[in-house]
Amino acid sequence: MSAHGITRAAQRADRLPRRRAVNRLMEALAALSALLAIALLSLLVYSVARRGAAQLDLDLLTKGPAGAFSFTPTASGFANAFAGSLVLVVLATAMALPVGILTALYLTEFARPATRGVVSLGLDVLNGVPAIVVGIFVFGLLVVGRGQSGFAGAFALACLMLPLVARATMEVLALVPASLREASLALGVPPWRTTLGIVLPQAVGGIVTGTTLAVARVAGETAPLLFTSSLVGSGVSWNPQHALQSVPVAIFEASEQADPTLHAQAWAAATVLLAFILVTSLAARALAARSRRRIATSR
Amino acid sequence: MKEGTDDVTTMTEPALRVQTRRRPLPPSERLERIFTVENVSALYGGRHALKDVSLEIHKNLITAVIGPSGCGKSTFIRCLNRMNDVVPGFTMTGTIRYHGQNITAADVDPVAVRRNIGMVFQRPNPFPKSIYDNIAWGLKVLGMRDDLEGRVERALVQAALWDEVKDRLKAPAVSLSGGQQQRLCIARAIAVEPDVVLMDEPASALDPIATAAIEQLMHDLRDEYTFVIVTHNMQQAARLADMTAFFSVARGDEGERFGELVEYDATEKIFTAPADPRTEDYVTGRFG
Repeated sequence: MSAHGITRAAQRADRLPRRRAVNRLMEALAALSALLAIALLSLLVYSVARRGAAQLDLDLLTKGPAGAFSFTPTASGFANAFAGSLVLVVLATAMALPVGILTALYLTEFARPATRGVVSLGLDVLNGVPAIVVGIFVFGLLVVGRGQSGFAGAFALACLMLPLVARATMEVLALVPASLREASLALGVPPWRTTLGIVLPQAVGGIVTGTTLAVARVAGETAPLLFTSSLVGSGVSWNPQHALQSVPVAIFEASEQADPTLHAQAWAAATVLLAFILVTSLAARALAARSRRRIATSR
Repeated sequence: MKEGTDDVTTMTEPALRVQTRRRPLPPSERLERIFTVENVSALYGGRHALKDVSLEIHKNLITAVIGPSGCGKSTFIRCLNRMNDVVPGFTMTGTIRYHGQNITAADVDPVAVRRNIGMVFQRPNPFPKSIYDNIAWGLKVLGMRDDLEGRVERALVQAALWDEVKDRLKAPAVSLSGGQQQRLCIARAIAVEPDVVLMDEPASALDPIATAAIEQLMHDLRDEYTFVIVTHNMQQAARLADMTAFFSVARGDEGERFGELVEYDATEKIFTAPADPRTEDYVTGRFG
């Protein structure tokens, strides 16, 4: 096997220069693709922020739309949308978080492997259901006959959050070492107390991370809210028994108007939304790193 | 090595020089049976890990389970407190009587079994809590709330850890050394006042000095508890145990490997005059 020698001649015989070139080319392509993804994000943030900068002031956050309806105004701010989004997301989190955590606990701690497979698949499918379909589903379930409400909108958002929270929680529960569960069970502690007292406290960091990501995701959802919580007045409302305005729906409506000031405000609101999502995603990553370190040291 | 077994101290390193802790076995009529194991076979995913084990374990003796890797010795002691129940795909046949009651029956709650039969694991597994809470948590959950601090202190004293940790009970348990963590795990196990303490190679991850400390505390506690210890350190079994069970790997008709009990007798007998040639090969180092 002298062809595998390290002399120059042997290398040429082995077509080493060619292989090295192909390797470089592939590496460059991969790096370029990664760069493209980052460039797209930067471009998106830049173009949104540039168009929104003019209207980005405190009035946007503190003043409601001037007209009688949010979509026929002569515009001063998006306060009703920010208030509504806050209520919707908080309510949706309150609905999705306990169910998501309990689902994950059931699947990782108690379910048989076969059941776990089926339910996990179900969660993944639910995660893939288009947001508009969730919107129509909740429309048929809660809105028809009763009218739109913040609760219906929050429920639709919760449907989207549930699989995200459950999946994130499952991942972090799987990181909790089995030896800790065994230590507790060996004391004669019942499984549910083991879960509550030993497993869950280890997973809190991961659960917070997953929830933060889910919040970032649904805060920008428009489709589920169009059918469930979009016919609103111009005043700031905190009452989820009536339809609440939300930032994404308000952006959508404002962008449909003829008034250029409204367009600029839509860009400004989009900038705020984008900033919120970026900040929460970064915070989630920091939290995830922290909780992973904590679990690692307790192993 | 066989020649040395009647004086165990001569075959250990000076740093480990621990006196043989065995004492003469009481006459058999004075021994109280705590476990009666009958024809126990253990299977993981339908494959035998252990076949047809029968033996009796006696109260207030230290019983050692020795044997090569893969002989099913850990599987065996994990059967004694139904710890294998948490392993997916595990099944077992045969009966294990604990004070005459069949603890392998389907209607027996494994939580109740483990309440009486504690366990210390191969690798120290303290809870990610403070030193104090590692012991107090189990006590609180199990309703032993009276004199909590006294119970924690007694457990730490029994586990020979009190002097080292009494000034930093609120420190996280993971800040302790490996040997201290394992003694904390022993303290945690005995704090809830079990009847039996199962030890699955408790010293295999520890240095010789920490090992000696753990042997010392087992020696000190043996009148209050019944210990069953899995070890692949034969000197440890020889120093510590009253009774020794030797497990080995057997091959079935189709070449499948499983663990079986080869010989079970007084430790003295196992190490000086074993009845089975396989035991003799193992304890004299001629194994494999």
